[in-house]
Order: sequence, then structure tokens, then C-alpha cells
Amino acid sequence: MELSGANILIESLKQEGVEYIFGVNGGAAMPIFDALYEHPDVKLIMMRHEQGASHAADGYARATGKVGVTLATSGPGATNLVTGIATAYMDSIPMVAITGQVFTHLMGNDAFQECDVIGVTRPVCKHSYLIKSGDEVAEVIAEAFHIASTGRPGPVVVDFAKDAQIHESLFRYPEKINIRSYKPKVEGHPRQIAKAVELIHNAERPMIYAGGGVPLANASEELRELAIKTGIPITVTLMGLGAFPETHPLAMEMPGMHGSCCANYAFTDSDLVIAVGARFDDRVTGDLTKFAPNAKKIHIDIDASCIGKNVPIDVPIVGDAKRVLAEMNKLVHRVDIEPWMRQIDEWKEQYPFEYQQNGDNIMPQYVIEQIYDLYSDAIVVGDVGQHQMWAAQYFKFTEPRQWLNSGGLGTMGFSLPAAIGAQLGCPDKTVVNINGDGSYIMTIQELVPAITMKLPLKIFIINNMYLGMVRQWQELFHQKRYAAVDYHDNPDFALLAEAFGATGIRVERIEDVRPALEKAKGITDGPVVIDFIVDEEENVFPMVPAGAGLGDVIRGLA
Amino acid sequence: MTEERHIFSVLVENRFGVLARIAGLFSGRGFNIDSLNVAETDDPDVSHMTIVTHGDTQIIEQIYKHLNKLIDVIKVTDLTVENHVEREIVLIKVYAEPQRRGEILQIMEIFRAHTIDVSPDSLIIEVTGDEGKLKAVVDLLRPYGIQELVRTGKIAIMRGAAK
Repeated sequence: MELSGANILIESLKQEGVEYIFGVNGGAAMPIFDALYEHPDVKLIMMRHEQGASHAADGYARATGKVGVTLATSGPGATNLVTGIATAYMDSIPMVAITGQVFTHLMGNDAFQECDVIGVTRPVCKHSYLIKSGDEVAEVIAEAFHIASTGRPGPVVVDFAKDAQIHESLFRYPEKINIRSYKPKVEGHPRQIAKAVELIHNAERPMIYAGGGVPLANASEELRELAIKTGIPITVTLMGLGAFPETHPLAMEMPGMHGSCCANYAFTDSDLVIAVGARFDDRVTGDLTKFAPNAKKIHIDIDASCIGKNVPIDVPIVGDAKRVLAEMNKLVHRVDIEPWMRQIDEWKEQYPFEYQQNGDNIMPQYVIEQIYDLYSDAIVVGDVGQHQMWAAQYFKFTEPRQWLNSGGLGTMGFSLPAAIGAQLGCPDKTVVNINGDGSYIMTIQELVPAITMKLPLKIFIINNMYLGMVRQWQELFHQKRYAAVDYHDNPDFALLAEAFGATGIRVERIEDVRPALEKAKGITDGPVVIDFIVDEEENVFPMVPAGAGLGDVIRGLA
Repeated sequence: MTEERHIFSVLVENRFGVLARIAGLFSGRGFNIDSLNVAETDDPDVSHMTIVTHGDTQIIEQIYKHLNKLIDVIKVTDLTVENHVEREIVLIKVYAEPQRRGEILQIMEIFRAHTIDVSPDSLIIEVTGDEGKLKAVVDLLRPYGIQELVRTGKIAIMRGAAK
């Protein structure tokens, strides 16, 4: 049977098991939206801004491990997607972003709502396709899903000319994908694995440094086995939180700029760093010349270009973390590192995450502690800024895909739409959105679809009336010149939530924090927004200043 | 670390946008391109690029890995570490008044260069060779006055049987 390109697209998405597409309609994508109209299997989630659509698809992908799909029209629709595509790219999130494009005969003519989407997105996606004819659709979609979800995952852009959406051709979905130039290496080299195991068995001060690649590879179980079987302490990055339970005695918590002193001191003293699915990001390593200076380094990563990019590696292992760790686990045994473990425990005891109560103010860390106490099983979607760091520090994540945030690009406004995607992907879970006042207002319009769909999102705003992280840097490094960070003109977010049609609660006193969180638990017929008015000038500590070594951590202001 | 010149031989899918992806990779990551040559291979679905670049060992390793990471790249070879031959064509338009033409033609003969166009006071010369030879020719012709010079950029191939 002959189908239009738009219908072939939807049939292809069905073949890929797509349940939801997050999109915003527009001229050059109308045939696709028409094909989705009242579709029984592939549901369109109508977002209010294309950036929100892309983050929602991203949140869906992070929470479920499946490919997220976002859809927008040409020109401004497509350019609005770019932030979301770049966000997914930096964090290796599988996504297919479909954009309408003007008619092929108009392309290159500066037509209405025309934009060179392939050109604009080239540096921020894993791959991209331009569809100029209906008979290319099935193969392109099959390849796009294959590329997005295999190897090091990432977003794939499919730019789809309007005439190709209309043009009818025969639908036949490829059974097998074979791209001769794309064969990700998943098995680790046995000799490299043996070398790594030898280093592990001979180390005196070893540590595991696991990143976002572990949850992406669904390798948390294997990671846990490695740590527990060997007895080696472990730090998990912001992107990997939950891959290893923070509550376990071997856990040293998050490393890096706002990480635990224990993890950072461990790097500085360690003689063997076992990196798994982590990329030695500058926010983790600090000054590279002072990073783990005495340690040999093993690096397991699916992306060869990540290995040796920032830090020289002694034993590189290119492969899928799940498979490599499984092979390693067959060979490792318990290591005798008692003096090292005593040191680790001492650091942990001496330098836990801590804060001081300031008068009657609600301390942001207190709010996070209370959220953790009441919602410890929830999926937590964090935004970007101080609240993100406090959430990472004070919420003890125990499961992979429990903590979703934009770690690489650091996209403010990510979390509310991402929470929508996560809730749709995991309808049986409670989804908590921990947001900042600055980031919340960047994508606040996405409350509308959340309300329309009656999603029981718990939206908790840590409101300090500032772009707090920037203010903190200004306080520490710019002589308190608070340029362009004062958000005291914020609207009343509780009233605003009510105006949208959600439940809004404003909390200004410490004693109201817990009751409000408890009340939110009982609201299940739609989103609830709690605006926590917190201490305005609380800082995130510990802190390794940008460019300093991990050993030079500031534990707090005297 | 010292910088070294490397020649990458890159087989790519002969597809829309591939050159932009390669160029974007170099510009986006701040790698250098000294010369770049692209053309179809014997197989019309496959194009061959010869990319001459320079950088320290770590940069060269990154270039190699990032080229490999591009979906449309089929194969990358760092020819610098292989036994290979390289060639480049240069077209030189040189002042050649009738009384000096003989000298120029003599130089050309030594380097097996060809004349491909003659006008009353200039010649267009084609020379093929490796970097050293081309430099020698250009240096010898410079005193006569070079009006214009165009190079193809290097192409290179590995010696012996294909691996």
C-alpha cells in the first residue's frame, strides 16, 4: 500500500515502539501532525514551546532508557529545539528530533520559516538526515533510531521537507540496519581487561570513578558487583548518581567542584583510578596538573575519543560498560586495602556535607533533606544552579535513572519539561521536580500540558530570589558586585500556579516546610507547585574554585 | 610537546554534507587543516579525502578518533606512520619574456614540469611532486616573477598491497 511520507514516518515510529512524541505544530510539519491526529498508538504530547518539547523527550529518554522523540516545524520551531538537542548531546541521551522543512523547490531561497537545520544542528547532534523524498523515510527513521540508541547514545536530527511528507510511496520497514561506516565496539579487549584487573589487585589506594555512562549502559548492577566484590570505594558523578547507592558504606558521594571532600581527597591521594563511563570533565577534575597525580588510570568508555582527551590513561578499554564490567567481575577478587579504607572513613566522618542554620530562615539544604525524607523513592528531576548541587548533595540516590539533570550543557529550564517526559515514561513513579526560581521561569509555560494531562508532578522551587550560583561566584570572586542576578521581582509562584490551574503553596516558615511537602503527597490529580522562600545568600559548599586543584577545596566560609 | 605534520587518508560516504561535517569537526575543536583534497574514488558511493594537519601527539590522536566517530566516515588511516607516497600539483604562472624563456624551460626539464599555456610574456607551468620538489621549483622560478600560483593540496596513497 502506498502511504504519504508523513504516514510512513508514523508507521516507522510505531515499528520502533514509540509511545509519545513531544511537539509543537507549525506550517512545514502540518502533514505529520495531521497523520498523528487521534492516532491510537503514537500519542502527540502538545507542549507549549519547542525547547520544552525537546527537554520532555529528553526526560522521557533519561527515565526509561528508550529513545525520546520530539517534533517541530521548520525555521523558528527547529531553532527552538536546538537547546534541547545540545542538552541531550552533551549528556549522551538517545533522541530523535524531527523537524519540518520547507518544500524542496523552496530550499535555499530564504523561504518563509526556512532555516538550514542540518547546518545549525551539526555540531550538537550525533548525526543528521535531510529527507527530500517520501521513499527515503522508512530507512532514515530506522537508521536514526539505531544511531541514537547504540554506541555512545545521542540525538539524531531528521529534517523532513514538506513535499516529502505529502509524497506517497510504498512502506516497507527495514528488518536489519547495516551501516558500514558505523559499527560501535561493545566488547572490551580481553588483554586490556586482564591488565586492568592486575592493576586493581596490586593497588594500595584504588578508587572507582563512575559517571553517566553507567546508567546509560544499564550497567549499575555490574558496577555494584565490581565495587562490592573488590571492596573498592567509589565516587559517582553528578551524571551517574544512583548508579551506586549513596547509602552504601563504600560510597564516597559525588566528586568535583561541589562534591564531597572525601571523594576529592581520595582522587588526590589515590594510586589507581578506575573510570567507568565518565569523561574527566573539568567540573570533576579541577586543575588537570593536580588531578590524581599519583594514580594509574583505567578508563572504560564506549567512545574512544573520550579516552585520553583530558587525562593520560594507562589502561584504555573501549567497550560497553555493562559487558566490560561483567568480564572484569569474573576475574576480580577482594583487595586488601584496609589502611586506605580507614583513611576514606576518616574523611567521610570528618567532612560530611553540612550547613549552618541562619536565624529563622528556611535553609535550602533543609528543604532537600525533608524532600528526601518524604520522597526517597521518587524520580528527582533537577534543574541547574545551586538547588541542583544541594539536591545532589543532600538527596541520597540509590537507583539508576532516579536523578535526571542537565549536567553537561547545564541548561536552565530543563527540569519542568523533562519531568513531564519522565512522568509519562514512568506513570507508576512519583516524579519530583526540584527547581530554582531562575530556572523555573525559563520554561514555566510547560505547566500547561502538565495540568491538561493531570500529571501529579511535585514541583518544588528553592526560591532565593537570585540567580544563586552566579551570585555565589560574584560574592566569592567579584567583590559582591551582584550584576544581573537580583530576582526579587519574581512573581508569586504559588499564585501563578493557581492562575495556570495547578495547586500552588507558598512556604515562608521552617515549620511549614514538612506539612507542605506532606500535603503535596496527597495531591494526585495534577501538578502541585510549592514555592519555598529560602535563605537568600546561602552558598554551596564544599567548593573547588574553577581552575584550582581538588585538594584545594574550600569547605566553607569561616 | 612538539608539533608534527600528519597526513590522514579518509574514506567517506559520498553523501550530501559530509565535507561540512569534517570541516565542522576541525573548526569546532580548534584543529588545524593545512590542506584538504576531496574526490570520488573508483567506487562512486565513496569519496576519498586527504587531510594534512599538524599538532602534538595528543591532538593527532584526538583528530584520528573524532574522524572515526563521524557516522559517514568509513575508514581513517594516518599515512604518516605508514609507508606511503604523496603528490601535489602546482600550477605556476610565471613572467617569461622571450629572452628568458630558455632558462625557464631548462629548469622545467630538470623537474619534469610541463608548459600548459604560453602567452607573449608569461608561461603557465604544471609541476607534480612531493613537497620538497615543489618547493625547489617554486624557489627557482621566484626570481623570474611569479604572477599566480595554485596548488591542489596533497593527495597520498599507501604503498604495496591494500590492507
